[in-house]
Amino acid sequence: MALPIYATPLERLWRYAYLVACALIFLFLMAPILIVIPLSFNAEPYFTFTPKMLALDPEGYSTRWYRLLLDFGMAAPEATTGWWADMWNNAAWVRAAKNSLIIGFFATVVATSLGTLAALGLSRPEMPWRRPIMAMLISPMIVPIIITATGLFFFYSNPCGILGVFGPAPACGRLTGWIGVILAHATLGIPFVIITVTATLTGFDRSLSRAAASLGATPRQNFFRITLPLILPGVVSGGLFAFVTSFDEVVVVLFLADANQQTIPRQMWNGIREAISPAILSAATILVVISVLLLTAVEVLRRRSERMRGVSPG
Amino acid sequence: MADTSTLGATAPLTTADGRPLSAALAQAHAKSRRSAFLLVAPLLIFVLLTFILPIGQLLVRSVSDTDFADNMPNLGAWFDANPAGSEIDESAYAALAADLQAAKTNKTAGKVGERINYDVSGSRSLFTSTARSADKLEPPYEAALLGIKPGWDDPKLWQAMRQASNTLTPNFFLAAVDLQRGPDGGIERAPEERRVYISIFIRTFALSALITCITLLLGYPIAHLLATMPLRYSNILMIMVLLPFWTSLLVRTTSWIVLLQSQGVLNDLLVVAGVITEDGRIRMIYNQIGTVIAMTHILLPFMVLPLYSVMRQIPPSYVRAARSLGATSWTAFRRIYLPQTLPGLAAGALLVFILSVGYYITPALVGGAKGQLISNLIAFHFENANWSMAAAIATILLVAVLILYWVYDRLIGIDNLKLG
Repeated sequence: MALPIYATPLERLWRYAYLVACALIFLFLMAPILIVIPLSFNAEPYFTFTPKMLALDPEGYSTRWYRLLLDFGMAAPEATTGWWADMWNNAAWVRAAKNSLIIGFFATVVATSLGTLAALGLSRPEMPWRRPIMAMLISPMIVPIIITATGLFFFYSNPCGILGVFGPAPACGRLTGWIGVILAHATLGIPFVIITVTATLTGFDRSLSRAAASLGATPRQNFFRITLPLILPGVVSGGLFAFVTSFDEVVVVLFLADANQQTIPRQMWNGIREAISPAILSAATILVVISVLLLTAVEVLRRRSERMRGVSPG
Repeated sequence: MADTSTLGATAPLTTADGRPLSAALAQAHAKSRRSAFLLVAPLLIFVLLTFILPIGQLLVRSVSDTDFADNMPNLGAWFDANPAGSEIDESAYAALAADLQAAKTNKTAGKVGERINYDVSGSRSLFTSTARSADKLEPPYEAALLGIKPGWDDPKLWQAMRQASNTLTPNFFLAAVDLQRGPDGGIERAPEERRVYISIFIRTFALSALITCITLLLGYPIAHLLATMPLRYSNILMIMVLLPFWTSLLVRTTSWIVLLQSQGVLNDLLVVAGVITEDGRIRMIYNQIGTVIAMTHILLPFMVLPLYSVMRQIPPSYVRAARSLGATSWTAFRRIYLPQTLPGLAAGALLVFILSVGYYITPALVGGAKGQLISNLIAFHFENANWSMAAAIATILLVAVLILYWVYDRLIGIDNLKLG
């Protein structure tokens, strides 16, 4: 929106001030994310720019903190033989990454499959009690995480204890650890899947599936050949949202996971709370790169979905 | 028209197989309702089981206190058999002695004493020291107990034990709002030095309101810029809003520590620029300032996105029309543009407020002592195994959040929640 030709000088001044303010706000948004990238290559164990770094002296930079990410926790980081196996099995950050990926994968599968089915039902006009059910399914996003984590800790420590409301509770094994964390993360990811998939379905032309049905498609064929391909971009971005939610989640992990189940966020949490080392910055840089990739994927999917459904972007 | 009405009166419309049309329609409608519900059912059951019920269980815990009742069963039975006001006789002391002996073997005397200590201070040592010599207790128990330690015949103590044996208690809620039971059983304010909860609630709501205002001030201009730009450019700038949204919370919190700490980038910059001296480095992290800055940054996208989606829908011709009719740019903004953005503004502000009231991670990492919010207090009580207390505070927080959530649903509708 350019300035109109009749703008007064004051309005011009105001317009430039507004643009400068916007630039500063964008700087506020981006600076903290960008600042960790150069600092993660610091040759010194400091969290600020050294004079050598400012002079762009190559000596001021190093990849030692990335190296530390791999080395840390290894049995013999200096060994020449068996280095890869050692790294794969023992390095603390590598193990945390593996745990994060496993938990994230299963949580995403649960959240996306159940969430997509539910979104299909919710977006039908005939759905009974739509509003209260929707409110309930979105609530894991709204309820403060500490309340969720506390509640789930008690629940998974003794899953049968819930029956105690009706009478003497039977004792059964605790489910904290893998299963508890995965199910809890699935619950936390569900609102994102519901929101993304129902948004895709609002633009969905239902006459397409009616046409298919009138041409003799069974409900199953109708879903797999007509509906699913059209809403797939929404489903995938919902899944990515759910994955990121799990991949970034630390509080539930702190409450529910066993001591040896480190995940990347938990490793970072411990790092920030105890001795903060620049290795955290290199981990952060890697995570920033991952989030850039995920964001790009979601944007590409969104545009593709809009094109497929004939919705104008924006 | 006359034809159809007479037809309807004599022979109701039927389907090809002869059923009345209205019945067939109702049946088809019920069937489609059922199939829609069946699609949602698996997730609904999943969320009920793994989320709603556990939270409900937590809420129940906030009014239940089984520490005493579980470990003092005989005394509990005596209280059930004898109503309040009955005389404390030998059978009561016998029940107490039996429970103390059990407490010694199970090593629960400390826990039980702790519970009574809330009401009658000094009781903890009474319980632990008596339990230590519980094996020596022999009838008559009253004299034996008083022989080990005087104080067992205190009526206040017995009143407290009677209350504690009742597992349903409002005490944790009272404590969570800085109240307590007085010696006469009435409700009074907690002593000055123990009144911490109300002030943390106030601090949480005040900081959340402040954060909401700042995100509004920062979010409004950029949402407007994004909404009025050609789509080609705004899509690129939008990435700057979405990238923080997608970046790990812990990464963003780490970055703020790096930027704001006293040996950090921002302070270095200010020293080099000569704004502050080397000794005058500003403390910007591990206090409330740090919490507010980091949380503003984290929650800003939640303000920008709803504002943007509303502003995109506003036709620019309205403001132009106002200008052409003689409104100044300020009047046109205030009377024409701003009212149209109110839905987005309300959506963003409510969402940011709801999320910030329950925030935990950032205050825990960068808040220091003064920047702790109510969530951190819940975590504190949880870590100290003071579970019912944690549950009581959690219940109050949850009720506040659910009220706001309900308002959000009324005003904006949950279906309108958008992410990117």
